[in-house]
Amino acid sequence: MACDQERTANFRFYSLSRRAISSLTSNTGREHMAASHGDLLETLMERPAWAPPGIDISVPSVSRMYDFYLGGSHNFEVDREAARKAMEFMPGLPKIMQANRAFMRRAVRYAVDNDVTQFLDIGSGIPTFGNVHEVARKADPAARVVYVDHDPVAVAHSRAVLEGDEAAAVVAADLRKPAEILYSPEVSRLLDLNRPVALLLVAVLHFLEDEDRPYEAVAELLGALAPGSLVVVTHASYEGIPLLEDEADGTVGVYRNIRNPLVMRSSGEIARFFEGTEMVEPGLVPMPLWRPESPVEEEDPYAFSGFAGVGRTA
Amino acid sequence: MKVPSQPTGAIAEADGPEDRLRRFVTIWSRAIFPVTATSLTRAEFEVHLLPLARTLCDALHARPFDTAPAQRTGADLIAAHCTDPDALGRSLGVVDSYLVLYCGTESDLPAEELRARCARLQHAMATGYAQALRERTRAEQEAIARSALTARSAAEIALHATESRFRAVFDGAAIGIGIADLDGNVLEINETLTRMFGGMEGQVRSKNVSEWAHPEDGPHVWKLYEELVRGEREHYRVEKPYYRGDGTVLWTNLTVSLLRDAEGRPQYQLALLEDTTERRLLHLRLRYEATHDALTGLPNRTLFFERLEKALAPGDNARFGLCYLDLDGFKVINDSLGHSAGDRLLVEVADRLQSCVTGAGEMVARLGGDEFVALTTAPGGERDVTELADRILAALATPLRIDGRELTVRGSLGVVEGPAGERTPAEVLRSADITMYRAKSAGGNRFELADPEADARAITRHGLTTALPTALERGEFFIEYQPLVHLDDGSVHGAEALVRWCHPQHGVLGPDRFIPLAEDTGLIVPLGRWVLQEAVRQARFWQTRHADGGPLRINVNLSPTQLHHPRLVADTVDVLERSGLEPGALCLEVTESALIGADEDLLKPLRQLAEMGVDIALDDFGTGYSNLANLRRLPVSVLKLDRSFTRGMQQHPVDPVDLKIVEGIVSLAHSLELAVTVEGVETGAQARRLRDLGCDTAQGWYYARPGAPDRIHSLLLADAV
Repeated sequence: MACDQERTANFRFYSLSRRAISSLTSNTGREHMAASHGDLLETLMERPAWAPPGIDISVPSVSRMYDFYLGGSHNFEVDREAARKAMEFMPGLPKIMQANRAFMRRAVRYAVDNDVTQFLDIGSGIPTFGNVHEVARKADPAARVVYVDHDPVAVAHSRAVLEGDEAAAVVAADLRKPAEILYSPEVSRLLDLNRPVALLLVAVLHFLEDEDRPYEAVAELLGALAPGSLVVVTHASYEGIPLLEDEADGTVGVYRNIRNPLVMRSSGEIARFFEGTEMVEPGLVPMPLWRPESPVEEEDPYAFSGFAGVGRTA
Repeated sequence: MKVPSQPTGAIAEADGPEDRLRRFVTIWSRAIFPVTATSLTRAEFEVHLLPLARTLCDALHARPFDTAPAQRTGADLIAAHCTDPDALGRSLGVVDSYLVLYCGTESDLPAEELRARCARLQHAMATGYAQALRERTRAEQEAIARSALTARSAAEIALHATESRFRAVFDGAAIGIGIADLDGNVLEINETLTRMFGGMEGQVRSKNVSEWAHPEDGPHVWKLYEELVRGEREHYRVEKPYYRGDGTVLWTNLTVSLLRDAEGRPQYQLALLEDTTERRLLHLRLRYEATHDALTGLPNRTLFFERLEKALAPGDNARFGLCYLDLDGFKVINDSLGHSAGDRLLVEVADRLQSCVTGAGEMVARLGGDEFVALTTAPGGERDVTELADRILAALATPLRIDGRELTVRGSLGVVEGPAGERTPAEVLRSADITMYRAKSAGGNRFELADPEADARAITRHGLTTALPTALERGEFFIEYQPLVHLDDGSVHGAEALVRWCHPQHGVLGPDRFIPLAEDTGLIVPLGRWVLQEAVRQARFWQTRHADGGPLRINVNLSPTQLHHPRLVADTVDVLERSGLEPGALCLEVTESALIGADEDLLKPLRQLAEMGVDIALDDFGTGYSNLANLRRLPVSVLKLDRSFTRGMQQHPVDPVDLKIVEGIVSLAHSLELAVTVEGVETGAQARRLRDLGCDTAQGWYYARPGAPDRIHSLLLADAV
């Protein structure tokens, strides 16, 4: 057999695009197939939990770009190139990231002050300074943290950082599939779901398009948590950015080009993520206005882009 | 400049060294905070900077002078995440401008020395910062590269595991799996698929998908294929046959899916094939069994109806012909020679019938018992189908040998021929059945052609007979009344009750349409009783409403069957008693023919009724072999002359013979003390002539047609005026 054909034959099942997979296994598609065919197809086509998606570091990663904005070097040239391009349209991007980090820090401390010491941080990205487990442990040494990300490099890095840490772990899973997160061994081991958990969704929900059903995902996660749990959210929005929408769109375009569309949502749309929870004072506000610990007037104008809020489940 | 908030927990003496150090820190913090990425607040950041500033301050005064602490301070800036080089530039600017100013006051060192030391501290700080930044950058680059590598090898391991598992699924699947490129070149197939095609992998591999056409492929199969490889369709599923290497046919349920690459471009086609050959054979056998007669092997009723339905589907000028065959006297053969002989006879007949249908579009089926049908869709029309019927009769003409006996089998055929698209299968078969019975009643061993009128008669008669019983229950019958008039003064004498059937489909039917059927089925007894009850009740009603209208009589017809019914007298008495009508107001009409040859037993009930006072009228008098001598001994009080006599009175000039006959009958009747009623009076002249001839009462359209009871009512009112 020719070498070439051998290789072609080796294209195998992983190179199948997600689109092909979803079209094969979508409900409408399945209708037309005999049950046996449908099942087999599913087995053949659906990427199982134990198979990671392909790793291609020639494609920019939002977590490594985030690290770049924060002055880190956990990134490659492709990431920096994309991040620089995004900053051409929105030079204050690092300030937005910084405001995110600062808000998260305050929110984590708020959680600990309210006796919530278990943290589920989804979309945790590349661990950098001021990580949730560091902030939380400073407030309560017994705090437990599970990080979740679907970027395999970020997960590998987190794993390296957390090696030997008994009270923190990382899960490779996707926010679009809450069950994979909730039933992961790490969550079972570290979090007691019968007690309140702080669910951190910081700068991640805006990477879920509506067709990913982000509201359902959040509702499913919250549904699995004990009453009194907190959901901590920041989300990008055209509201609050000190730029015209057209200018901000340049940045949105950069993320679209790297196949990680940034979905700008209105405050009303963002508020829907808190459905079924009671908003913690002061509600859904620009990040610097959420329980500020330093004079607000000293904040960079970019820090007011988007919204932050914390909800408590009943 | 705004005074920053004091770091908590420290008390500094105003403008003391500690206070001056903090003011330096504040300036420093303000300078670099905007370029840091820290998540600390400004105040926290200041606290963080304080030890760094103290180190610098101490180094400024230290003896011996050492720059190493400043180098550490530079490194500490990196540790505080001030990785933006701008943070260094701003820090050096702050140190250069303010370190000596805020921290040099306590010193006994000369100002030049402090300036020189400050400069050297800045150099060391820059060195330390750069070294630390380089280290950190290297470390982070190293870390991220290692993480990428780890992630990639983890993915590869997992991929390998996935590959193994998929490989196992691929190899072990009970379904045939094949992958081809979009040009149809087969890239890979699994063992199952190879086996399905007969075990020669090369034969499958070497073929292009497009070479797998099969004559039985529907046209849509390849249309779907083209759409898929063009990327217009994600998948399709069809039933598809293939030729195996040895020429045998493989039937499959085929599912083909389009595989796209990461960019969404069509890349491969994936085919899943389920071998349905066995299932199909089984299905065909079951289908055969379900559609064929087990005894003769001919198509059965199910298959015949399928074909008939197709043959009758509307088409361009399509015609059909049907021969419905019923063997004459088969029951006798079955009963006398036994069922197994009967069965062998049916098999032999089936064979002969089969030999009669050789043309395309012809078929023979057994409907059950000894009923067979031959169907033709040949375009020859009536000529073709009658030829087919002739062939069938000829095929049956040769005697059969069963158990050493020669048997002659004959059959009756009903033949229907016509254009498709006009009648349903059931209608056609019914017509054939009726026609076959016509052939049978004409003596058998022949065919008859269907005739719509004969069909309609048979269909109506049959339909009415079956509908009769429920019609009585549903109250579909009603009664109309035709007045009987005194000929001498034209006053209303009474009325004849005439039953009608308001049929849901056929509308109002007269007694001639259904009374014979009711006679045949025996339903005449309950129907007759109902008519009697109704009519008597109505007569009683008229009487009570018109107490001074004179005696009003009601005439009710009795059929021959009723006459024989043992409860005739009892029922009549019962009806009269219940209604309160005196017997003298009731007249029962009996046809002359019903009384021909009547013996005393039959006359006894009539006699009893007559003795009670009920009038008995002899209806349709003059149509039968009127036995005038017999009249004497019948318990009859009225003669009703048949309408054929009155019809003679309508002609101009009136037939003198008719006149003489009527005159004779009237005179005879009167001499026997019988009243004479005439029917069918249509003109005034007629009425006058009949009065002149001595007739007593009359009915007919001249007076009134039969109508609803209230019509009589109004006639009575007119009378009374």
